[in-house]
Amino acid sequence: MKVFTWVALAAALFLGVVISPFASSWLDGLERVAEDKGFVEIGEGEPAVESPVPGYAFPGIGHEKFATALAAGAGTILAFVATLGLAGLLRKGNR
Amino acid sequence: MHIPDGFLDAKTFVTLDVVAAGFVAAAAARVRRRLSERAVPLMAVLAAFIFAAQMLNFPVAGGTSGHFAGGALAAILLGPWAGALVLTLVLVIQAVAFGDGGILALGANVFNLALVAPFIAYGLYRFIRRLWRAEAGRFFGASVGAWAATVAAAAACAAELATSGTIPFAVVLPAMVAVHGLIGVAEGLITALALAAIRAGRPDLLELSRLTPGAGT
Repeated sequence: MKVFTWVALAAALFLGVVISPFASSWLDGLERVAEDKGFVEIGEGEPAVESPVPGYAFPGIGHEKFATALAAGAGTILAFVATLGLAGLLRKGNR
Repeated sequence: MHIPDGFLDAKTFVTLDVVAAGFVAAAAARVRRRLSERAVPLMAVLAAFIFAAQMLNFPVAGGTSGHFAGGALAAILLGPWAGALVLTLVLVIQAVAFGDGGILALGANVFNLALVAPFIAYGLYRFIRRLWRAEAGRFFGASVGAWAATVAAAAACAAELATSGTIPFAVVLPAMVAVHGLIGVAEGLITALALAAIRAGRPDLLELSRLTPGAGT
């Protein structure tokens, strides 16, 4: 399990950090429909809560691809650690 | 198809926040009773993989992109309840840390992508596996389940936009289903490829969902 876990996490980090800065920036499915059907602007107001890293780009970093790579790396590790912690707690609480 | 704040009206997003919270609590209760030790690191790896993969938008048509969503893969590997929890965590991180999907609309996004998608995918996958027990049936069932999950989540999203009075259902449903019907083909392919990679490296993990809730029964 250990080897698989680390290999799979490394693969996820590779996808996020190395590949995601080069992902398509075209509108996604819902954005496309919102644009075509003319309701896109009602989703573009101020967000209810300001997020620390809006749009998957670390603020204050001029290089756009680097800002995305950093956000992807941070998010991937956060997803791993948060799930490990919460699933572990859930399991522990069972004993 | 993460819904931003603004697309949904208060009655719709509040209802879905409450419904999603109830489902996630039920999922946590189920998973807690039956989660195997080996499933914990797999859940974490899947959350990391799905988060990263959701950033990889690929073009599906002129000016339109899509990305892997992962609900089917998580449900097939972990069972739909634990799969729903993994997807929920990814969506919470995306909304809170990255502003992808509204905070108020989080319940709607959890409902579509972390509940509708995994359960539809898992139901179809199990159904097809029962009819086609050979290994090819696994990949066929996973692909069909992943495609249907993508379209079902898009249809749920369309219904939410319509109930909110954002756009008539008859207009938004065909548009959402058409574009996500395309994205769903990629979802099916990637889900099958991921299962093939796991089968090559760790075939035992393909049977893990029998040890987690809602699976194999």
